Amino acid sequence: MTDRQKQRLLHRSIVTLAWIIGLLMFFPIFWMILTAFKTEQQAISTPPLLFFEPSFDNFLLIQERTDYTKHALNSIITSFGGTALAMIIAIPAACAMAFKPSHLTRDVLLWMLSTKMLPAVGVLMPIYLICQKFGLLDSRFALVFIYAMINLPIIMMILFNYFRDIPKEILEASRMDGASTFAEITQVVMPLARGGIAATAFLSIVLCWNEAFWSIVLTSSDAGTLVALVASFSSPEGLFWAKLSAVSTLACAPIMIFGWFVQKQLVQGMTFGAVK
Amino acid sequence: MAGLELTSVKKSFGGVAIIHGIDLSIRSGEFIVFVGPSGCGKSTLLRLIAGLETTLEGNIRIGERDVTTADPGDRGVAMVFQTYALYPHMSVRENMGFGLRMNGVDKDDIRKRVDRAADILHLDRLLERKPSELSGGQRQRVAIGRAIVREPEVFLFDEPLSNLDAELRVRMRLEIANLHKRLGATMIYVTHDQIEAMTLADRIVVLKDGLIEQVGSPIELYDDPDNAFVAGFIGSPRMNFLDAKVVAVEGDHTTVSLVDFDDIHVRLELERPLAVGSAARLGIRPEHFDASAEIALTVPIEVIENLGGIAYAYARTEDGNPLIIDIKGDRNVVEGKDFTARFDAARAYLFDPETGLRLR
Ligand SMILES: Nc1ncnc2c1ncn2[C@@H]1O[C@H](COP(=O)(O)OP(=O)(O)OP(=O)(O)O)[C@@H](O)[C@H]1O
Ligand SMILES: [Mg+2]
Repeated sequence: MTDRQKQRLLHRSIVTLAWIIGLLMFFPIFWMILTAFKTEQQAISTPPLLFFEPSFDNFLLIQERTDYTKHALNSIITSFGGTALAMIIAIPAACAMAFKPSHLTRDVLLWMLSTKMLPAVGVLMPIYLICQKFGLLDSRFALVFIYAMINLPIIMMILFNYFRDIPKEILEASRMDGASTFAEITQVVMPLARGGIAATAFLSIVLCWNEAFWSIVLTSSDAGTLVALVASFSSPEGLFWAKLSAVSTLACAPIMIFGWFVQKQLVQGMTFGAVK
Repeated sequence: MAGLELTSVKKSFGGVAIIHGIDLSIRSGEFIVFVGPSGCGKSTLLRLIAGLETTLEGNIRIGERDVTTADPGDRGVAMVFQTYALYPHMSVRENMGFGLRMNGVDKDDIRKRVDRAADILHLDRLLERKPSELSGGQRQRVAIGRAIVREPEVFLFDEPLSNLDAELRVRMRLEIANLHKRLGATMIYVTHDQIEAMTLADRIVVLKDGLIEQVGSPIELYDDPDNAFVAGFIGSPRMNFLDAKVVAVEGDHTTVSLVDFDDIHVRLELERPLAVGSAARLGIRPEHFDASAEIALTVPIEVIENLGGIAYAYARTEDGNPLIIDIKGDRNVVEGKDFTARFDAARAYLFDPETGLRLR
């Protein structure tokens, strides 16, 4: 075997390995989607069924028994709302930290990130009680606010790094041009970092969408998100795999479709975002 | 148009004093150039005037207004950055109009003023391009255009041409000179380049360690430097300095002997006579050596740099002090051989070796 052939073989085996790992990781999702179209008998049959006649009964049943649209809407409102609120706070804050750094900036960032190390149960009592006292249990508003707060440190960290790449002179030039701080942020910083801002926002939306702890603890029928819906199916009917799969598929579908649509812009934004 | 007045302006960064108290008065329409070694505070001083750094001590007036605490956008100054600092996401037109837009000028007016500036700077055909689609020289012109559309009272330039190649630098230098004539605005220009400083400036401000060493027209600084630092900084190659000792004083004539040479006496006319025996430094510019002059120094030539029309010989005295001589293209000077350089006493300057001050 020549060196060239050896190299090609190595390359091929790495690619094959990558495909195997990738498919292994995707398999549970694939199986979930497949199971969603089975009957409960088919779902637990041994050997597992790969080919069968698909049925939509599970989906119809879910819509009959619960209000999928309402939960989906709650998910959309809380994840987009929480992200929007967090971005409104984080963009000016990250600007201040990136463009007017002090010797404490690094410590402040570290401190912000350290709050992510606190397990959520640690603040369960106080937050639950506060929500209870203010009548915010099972309200979308409370979730929006909590989502914004729990994602703020990560958003800050990422935006700070994006903003730091903007040459300081460009901002100084805009100040010389008479731009107010608001104009500086909206007309210069945000357009220059729009790829980074979009990517950060998308990440935050996904994190909110998948957030389980607070949505399950704080909501029930009114403000319940899709995650809470899935959870409600898993406890009393834990053994009904087909229905559980169907509701999980429904919970994942919107965000996956959304991700599919924005991926092109996302990648483009991130590569074009680099200022030079 | 407006003049500019700095009164004991000081600046420190984190407790380290950088600008130690600058007093400077700039007339309306004047072209001022800041020169000085790297790190002496030229950019800092410019940024203080621009308002990009806060002035905590001292006063800055532009025209009749005290702008010490004013925002950069309210000072009536425009700045051209070394790195151009164009807005990468805006077209040339938007870049140039941004300042007007921020100041609430209406759209038609912006269009007209941008068109006029583009016309002056030959940018007409580039107006719809993005900065990334321009060459370095074009970007610099856009940066200048962005400054002129705002019709500021004072223009600030921080080494605007240092990122351009030599040929373009000469062209842009002429363009800036023309612009100054045409607009008649006050301009403050920071540069490392001797030629830029000498050709553009009405007056040059020589800075060192956050202090002004001397202010004057290029010729004044060249002919009549106040101290050894200015004498060495202005002029290229730099002035030669030789150790000297006062040997005789008669009336307003002082005679010094050169320490590095045997029996070379230079008789200078001084207003204030020196004490016999005191030390001094004698300065002589490389271009002031002249084959027909009276005083002769014989030195071994180490290296000759021949630039065609001009040639410089690099020599070393017996005590190892360097001496640069403009040999005016003399083909008889050879590396490794001795050469006799001649100068007139009238061309020599005398400095105090301790303080560096000129002895007049
Ligand atoms: N933001 C800052 N924080 C701390 N020190 C600073 C800051 N800006 C400038 N300095 C210091 O002030 C001094 C003067 O800097 P400045 O940029 O004004 O020099 P300069 O004369 O423009 O030099 P150059 O010719 O290299 O551009 C330097 O010692 C620099 O380290
Ligand atoms: Mg500088």
